[in-house]
Formats: sequence, structure tokens, C-alpha cells
Amino acid sequence: MFIGFFLALRAAGVKASLREFLTLQEAMGQGLGEYDIDTFYYLARATLVKDERFIDKFDKVFAESFKGILQPKPVTKPGMEAQQLPEEWLKLLAEKKLTDEEKAQIEAMGGFEKLMETLRQRLEEQKGRHEGGSKWIGTAGTSPFGANGYNPEGVRIGQDKGRNRSAVKIWDKREFKNLAADVEIGTRNMKVALRRLRRFAREGAAEELDLPGTIGSTARNAGYLDLKMVPERHNAVKLLLLLDIGGSMDDHITLSEQLFSAAKGEFKHLVHLYFHNCPYETLWKDARFRAADAIPTTDVLNTYDHTWKVIFIGDAAMSPYELIQPGGGISSWNNQSGQDWLQKFLNNFPKAVWINPVQEKHWNYTQTTKLIREMFEDRMYGLTLEGLDAAMHRLMH
Amino acid sequence: MTRFEGTTSFVATDDLKVAVNAAVALQRPLLIKGEPGTGKTVLAQEVADALNKPLISWHIKSTTKAQQGLYEYDAVSRLRDSQLGDAKVHDIANYIVRGKLWDAFDAPVAPVLLIDEIDKADIEFPNDLLLELDRMEFFVYETRQTIKAKQRPVIIITSNNEKELPDAFLRRCFFHYIKFPDRETMERIVEVHYPGMKSLLLREALTAFYELRELPGLKKRPSTSEFLDWLKLLMAEDIGPELLREKSAAKLIPPLHGALLKNEQDVHLFERLAFLHRRGG
Repeated sequence: MFIGFFLALRAAGVKASLREFLTLQEAMGQGLGEYDIDTFYYLARATLVKDERFIDKFDKVFAESFKGILQPKPVTKPGMEAQQLPEEWLKLLAEKKLTDEEKAQIEAMGGFEKLMETLRQRLEEQKGRHEGGSKWIGTAGTSPFGANGYNPEGVRIGQDKGRNRSAVKIWDKREFKNLAADVEIGTRNMKVALRRLRRFAREGAAEELDLPGTIGSTARNAGYLDLKMVPERHNAVKLLLLLDIGGSMDDHITLSEQLFSAAKGEFKHLVHLYFHNCPYETLWKDARFRAADAIPTTDVLNTYDHTWKVIFIGDAAMSPYELIQPGGGISSWNNQSGQDWLQKFLNNFPKAVWINPVQEKHWNYTQTTKLIREMFEDRMYGLTLEGLDAAMHRLMH
Repeated sequence: MTRFEGTTSFVATDDLKVAVNAAVALQRPLLIKGEPGTGKTVLAQEVADALNKPLISWHIKSTTKAQQGLYEYDAVSRLRDSQLGDAKVHDIANYIVRGKLWDAFDAPVAPVLLIDEIDKADIEFPNDLLLELDRMEFFVYETRQTIKAKQRPVIIITSNNEKELPDAFLRRCFFHYIKFPDRETMERIVEVHYPGMKSLLLREALTAFYELRELPGLKKRPSTSEFLDWLKLLMAEDIGPELLREKSAAKLIPPLHGALLKNEQDVHLFERLAFLHRRGG
């Protein structure tokens, strides 16, 4: 039963094992998924998927495998009028959700205003049609609107009056889309990745009973009790975070902020400093770059020794001048080139990593990104879960 | 067999019911994940009530060891007793302290065992419990006895995703991800908690709440439990729906936002948006 489905799941990268497949068979044998496709879907999901990141893949395979065979129960959804959609809210939402490609698509259609206009027209058209029409914008995935984030989290745009019934299948709703691993990365996910950096050590006041120590010293004490205490374990990793702010980083500020707030909660020793495009002789303690917050880079290099883990966060995209040429810095005159300063950091912290919020496939198009990547001996990672994971792994080994 | 269908104080979605019933029927652990505040821990209590079984909770901390769930040998007490010449000292069984799993295996009626926030513990923790959860038995070395479950308890495990759980462990569980409730489910949840609430106020509050959650750039999105607290406050302060609508339409901060926004950056973000809106409109 359903062997094709199981194989398709595995082919799609959902790590379901034979054991789980047999469990599903067992559950079916006990009549847990009978006569109702929705129940079967839930049962199969609970059995075969063990991570919310894979639920979206599962939904896709499920839809593909059982396409046409099954008639789901019709679901009525209350509609929403196009005119009532708060425009700026949609825009904010779209900015958050859209990928670069999608932004380009919008441009191709004549910008956001035009898109909204088209959307309105299309909704008008739909209203004119008969009530059996179930072409919801965004469900089929073929309309350009589907990709543009009007429906990424189940926001449905449909006809009003609730007259038409649309047969929306649960798995076609793709409600778990934004939990997929390679797409979105939230503070919580980042914390998970950063946790790799934890290294416990015993430090501070002796508070815990040291059982082996007590037994040893009691034995040496001819059987008379001699209690030994040890300090509690806690995270002893020291982290120095250097963040690029401004200019081309504007697009990535939210992500960087999230990473920063994730790191802030995780580490006892966390120092964060800011730079603009490339670190030179001055770094700032505050993103507003005020003179009072400035701190000489030499001081930083002397204060923090090699036991600190150093992470640079920036897009590494700048004019080659800013990196190679003395005096190329955009905010002040620098006697030594950005490259020299970076090299000083690397001499002090040979394991430092660079995290780049720009997608990896674009790295090769920027000269400075390539250069910095070479300087860091390939220790440049994308700001994705996988990238963070790899970076943290590298920092610890 | 009794089936779990939700209770008067807990709204269970269809997928949750299927997952719980499958776990109960096949006697496998059920792993629950989801955003904080979606009722993961409460679920165990509700399942226990619905199936009329006692609940045993084992709350995991970063220092919890798997062995502590089985039993612990209290060597220190024994050492002390030996110093005092207590007769108890000759029987090692006096110093075996039972853990939660032992309690659950030994109970006359199969209980519901909640292992709460399993991801808090050390990364090896789930692996150390594999065999025990699979066969529902373990061996006590000190007394040479095997503890076997009289009836297999219903095991519910919650996780906040702070650590990845090992594959071998996951394969033995059913899995359910509690997603954030949609509007209709939320209405049912509110009805369960505050029956007979004024529908106009509820509708406005729901709109304001979901708008707030959708706000891009929010650091921490408010959860169900926070929404319920907020509603309680709204009712206690007797705030009318008109006020709420007026506020949400003008994109101003909803009244008593302290219950929803727990982060000063989020409040600032909201204030900035409100300011922009006032200037623009």
C-alpha cells in the first residue's frame, strides 16, 4: 500500500524510514485512517514527517501522489474585497516576503502600483463570473499573484459574500511553507545554529557537589566524610561580532539585527562593534557612528585575545578602492587599506569567519566579495541556517 | 478504547486529534512542537483528563540527565548513614530513588507521561532514553531487577526546537506541529476560555491581533496565551469595540498593548508606524 507515495517522499528528500512506513501500515491496519482522506493525510503526516521543515515537501508530494483520485470536502472561506486590502500593509508584507526575482517580476509588470491595479481588475473580472468559479488568486500558483506573497501565510483573497464554494485541499494550502529550512530564517532558528558555539566550562563559585571527588577524598580520609564542591558549568564562549551597517547593507539590516538579537540572548561574553563597508582604524560601539562611540581598532585587537571567536557580518560588497587603496574609505581618511586592517584581524583571530547575507550565487559577481573570501580562506558563509551551521562548526574546530 | 476529541477547556484541531489517537492506539510517544504559547504543555493535561488517566509530568532542564528519569542511586545519603551506623545502610534498595519513568511504568493505571521541553537537556538525552521508551523497561544495576511497564503509558513529549533531536529517536515517535491557530480556531479557543464574550469586541480584537502579528519586522510575535491575557484585560478595563476599531484603523497602538508586545523595540516600531500614518493620513 502506498509504496509509490513512500518512494516519492524519499525522492523528494523527506527522510522517512522503513520503520515509519511500517508504523503507518500498522496504524492503517488498526483503522485509524479509514474512509476519510483528511484523516489519512493527518495520520500519514504525523507518522512520516518528524520535522516541521519537511511538512511543505510532504504536502507537495501528497498532492502529486493523490492527485485526481481524491475528492476533498468542500470548504467555505469568507472572502475579502479587493478594495478593502490595506495597501501599505500589503506592501510591507510583500517587501518582507519577496525574493529578488519576484521583485524583478513586479518591476517587469510595471511596478507595485500596476500590479495592484491588475489585481483589482482581475478580482473585478472574477466577480462578474458565475459562482462556481473557484479560481482563487494565489492557490494555483500559476497566477503571478500567487508567487507575490498575497497568499504566503494563508491570506486568501477571494470573492466576497461567501457564495462560492472552493474545494481547497488541506495539503494544497501549503501552510507550512515558511517553515522550510532553506527559505526563511528567524531569530529562533538562528539561536539553534548559534548554540553550536556553546562550550561549557566550570568557572566561578563552587556550588555543586563533586561526587567522584568526595568519594575519593573520603576514602583517603579513612572513611570519614569529606565533601568536595565544584563550580557549576556554564557557557564559556566569548564572541566578538563585527557588523557592517549602512550602504549596500540596508537590504539586509533586518536579518543582521535578528542574528544579533539571537546572539545577544545566547552568550555571556558578547561584544559587538560596527563598521561601514570595511573595517579601518576606527570601529564604533553604536550603529549611529557618533564620535563618542568610536574605538580605535588597534585597541580592539589588543584587548581581545585569540580565545575570542570573531564573526564578521557584512555583504563584503564595496568599491575595490575601499578595500585595496589607502585612503579609499568612504567616511574618513585611512592610512592603511581595508585589506591591511582585515589582515590584522586575521592574524589575531586566524579562525574568524565572515557571514554574508547576500545569496551565495551572487558572490562571484562582486570583486571585493571574492577578494575577502580569498582572504578568509573560504570561511565566508551565507546567512542561512546551513551557512550558520557550517560557520559555527568551523569556528569551533 | 476512548478516543481523544478535545475537551471543554481545550480546542483540538482535526490533525491534532488524529495524531493523539494514533499515538494512543499504537502506544508510541507523541512529539509535539510549535510556537511558544500554543498550548503544547497543556495538551498533556487535557489528554489525561479526556482519557481519564493520571498525569505524570517530567520537566526537563539543561542539567537533567536521562538516568534521573529512571532512578538515582543516592550515594551521599548512604555514605552519611554509614558514618552514623544506621542499619538501613546494608540494603542498597533503600538508597534507590525512583524517577518519573519508573513511576509511570509502575502505576496501576497506565498514566499519561509528559516529558516537557526535551530540547532543553543535553544533546544525548533523547538517545539515552531510546530503549526505555521503545521497550518500556529498564534494568536497575544496583538491585539487579528489571522494571517493566505494567501498561504502556501514553507518552507526550514537547520540544521548542532549541536542539535537533536524533533521527533514531524521531523514528519511534509520532510527530505533530501545532501551527498558530487561524481566525476560526482562535474564535473557538476564546469561546472556551471566555464563554459569551461580546462578539463585536471579539471581532475587533481578533482583527487588531492578527494585524499585529502580520506586522513585518516584529521581533516577537504575540502568542495565543498572550492574546487571551489581553482579552481578559480588555474586559476588565471595559474597553468598547469602537475604541478598538478606531485604534486599529488608524494603525495606532492598541490599548493595553503591554500584554501583547514584550519587547521595547517592537513597541518603538509600532509607534514609528503610527506616527508615519498620522503624518501621511
